[in-house]
Amino acid sequence: MTAPGEAVLQVEDLRVTFGKSPDSVTVVNGVSFEIRQGETLGLVGESGCGKSMTCRSLIRLFGGASPSSIEGSILFGGRNLAHVAPKDIVNIRGRDIAMIFQDPMTSLNPTMTIGRQIVEGLRRHEKLNHQQARRQAIDLLKSVGVTAPERRMDSYPHMFSGGMRQRVLIAIALACRPRLLIADEPTTALDVTVQDQILKLILKLQAETGMAVLFVTHDLGVVAQTCDRVAVMYAGNVVEMAETQQLFANPSHPYTRALLSALPAHGARLKRLQPIDGSPPNLADPPPGCRFEPRCRHAIPACARSLPTLRPVGGSHMSACIRLGEVE
Amino acid sequence: MSSLPPEPILAARNLSKSFAVARSGRDVLALAPKRRLQALRDVSFTLAGGEILGVVGESGCGKSTLGRCLAGLEAPDRGELLWRGQSLAAGHDRGNRARRIQMVFQDPYASLNPRMSLGQMLEEALYVHGLCNGAAERRDRVDELLLMVGLPPRLKDRLPHAISGGQRQRISIARALAVEPEVLIADEPVSALDASVQAQIINLLEDLRTKLGIAIIFIAHDLSVVRHISDRIAVMYLGEIVESGRTEYLFSRPMHPYTRGLLAAIPIPDPTRRTHAPGIEGEAPDPLNPPLGCGFSTRCPYVVEACRAGRPALASTADGRAVRCAIPAASTAFEFDPC
Repeated sequence: MTAPGEAVLQVEDLRVTFGKSPDSVTVVNGVSFEIRQGETLGLVGESGCGKSMTCRSLIRLFGGASPSSIEGSILFGGRNLAHVAPKDIVNIRGRDIAMIFQDPMTSLNPTMTIGRQIVEGLRRHEKLNHQQARRQAIDLLKSVGVTAPERRMDSYPHMFSGGMRQRVLIAIALACRPRLLIADEPTTALDVTVQDQILKLILKLQAETGMAVLFVTHDLGVVAQTCDRVAVMYAGNVVEMAETQQLFANPSHPYTRALLSALPAHGARLKRLQPIDGSPPNLADPPPGCRFEPRCRHAIPACARSLPTLRPVGGSHMSACIRLGEVE
Repeated sequence: MSSLPPEPILAARNLSKSFAVARSGRDVLALAPKRRLQALRDVSFTLAGGEILGVVGESGCGKSTLGRCLAGLEAPDRGELLWRGQSLAAGHDRGNRARRIQMVFQDPYASLNPRMSLGQMLEEALYVHGLCNGAAERRDRVDELLLMVGLPPRLKDRLPHAISGGQRQRISIARALAVEPEVLIADEPVSALDASVQAQIINLLEDLRTKLGIAIIFIAHDLSVVRHISDRIAVMYLGEIVESGRTEYLFSRPMHPYTRGLLAAIPIPDPTRRTHAPGIEGEAPDPLNPPLGCGFSTRCPYVVEACRAGRPALASTADGRAVRCAIPAASTAFEFDPC
């Protein structure tokens, strides 16, 4: 077991590249972070910023094309996952690190009953016999708020609503009591009242099990409501990292600030929204310097020269901007 | 806005729409009865010129069907639509209707023809409605439309795949504006876009309303966005409007328990205001088997026996709101602090 507050996962300089040079695209470009036990780290950014690729690289679970290279170190439980052989990673994936996905409609196997899909992981990793696994699966369904779990065990995914499927996926993910749960946009496909239920469920289960959660989302509202710390990603880089309270009270990277002011304010209604002009860079041909420089209203010529690294703002708050402190 | 409500340009009275449910071979053999899904139930509202009416609700509540009925893409089973007091029958005089009411769709990737250039798409609308004399005038008008939605006219030879999602949504809006409509129906126009681009499109719609005086029916599931843009809001649940009223009243004093639950479920982008109160339990009922009484009675925390017996009527209140609830505001204080 890990002691409270000890880092469960340490990611150092993660680089994920697709394709062969000279047409290669680096979608995750030197990302570093750590997650402590019982902590929720939010990974936020807009589509294509590399947040999903970052978390998928941790357990090498890619839906479609696999990257041509994953570099850097991913320390988890004393091992570097970047160097673990593919046949060994299946022993970690699903047992020590579990993942839930955005789309509860396509993440379950439509030809298998819910019960079999939960039991599968328990038998594979925990070496339980059929009866034990079934009993445990029923308990799991009960703990995620599925009513009449004995009966629902024999139902197929199409008989469940979106919110119920996401609960089933959470039950599958938590079956082997993982130390780290990766939640990749788990509520994006759900309605707001159901999203509220699922977020509260994840937080409740986390409090009970003490697992660490890596929460990937594009929704700053969800981040504010759930995460302890946040890493903001833009075009493959982490541009700002801070405790949630600090980030919202004192956002210091121009991108974070722009993102926050683009949101409709919760309260003051009549203010005009402030969009970010332009669109994110093409990662096949990124700008030479700071990747936000072409859209940044505070950019100076020095910004285009080299990629800024994360620098401390105060405490654990870090920001990758060379004009840190100069821009108000 | 003046204190006198302007004359409505569009009014709906008791619109109802149902769809036949597809039957499998097994259903046919078992002689299972044909079933109909009631997508809209007695929806009534008015829209004044230059007004932005937000329509919110969760998936399956009928908000998109409402938009499609208004645009004439679906014919309502019952009820009527009035355009400045005149009946607007579906399927009848499509050209005239399209000149007045235009629609912008959610998915800017699916709603543009991938084989037509942006200029061609805009010209087509002008050509079909015979709005310009000759090709030269059409081309000038296309440039004007592109500038109106904030796009450089040099983009007009591009195909849709060569522009970004935000730009595509601008083209969809330009195409709708080509015929100078008085009402724009925007069905989830920003939900496929990232936050930074979302703000661009919302600002554009607000500018167009100010500049052209166009009325907008803004259909969305995101309450923060709807609140930002709308003058009035109608909340839909299970095919009916459960509450409607001016945005500030609806948000400061929601009366229907569903509206309250919906507001309380918004994740507020402020970590100092975390909500721990339990939200609405359960999920929306199957629209094929709606509850007998009030549609929300299966999830409502304030449900009483009367709610399950009959469907409550839409009752008007003093501040110009309408609520479909047997015991509105259910006598409890609501802790939703909007500021």
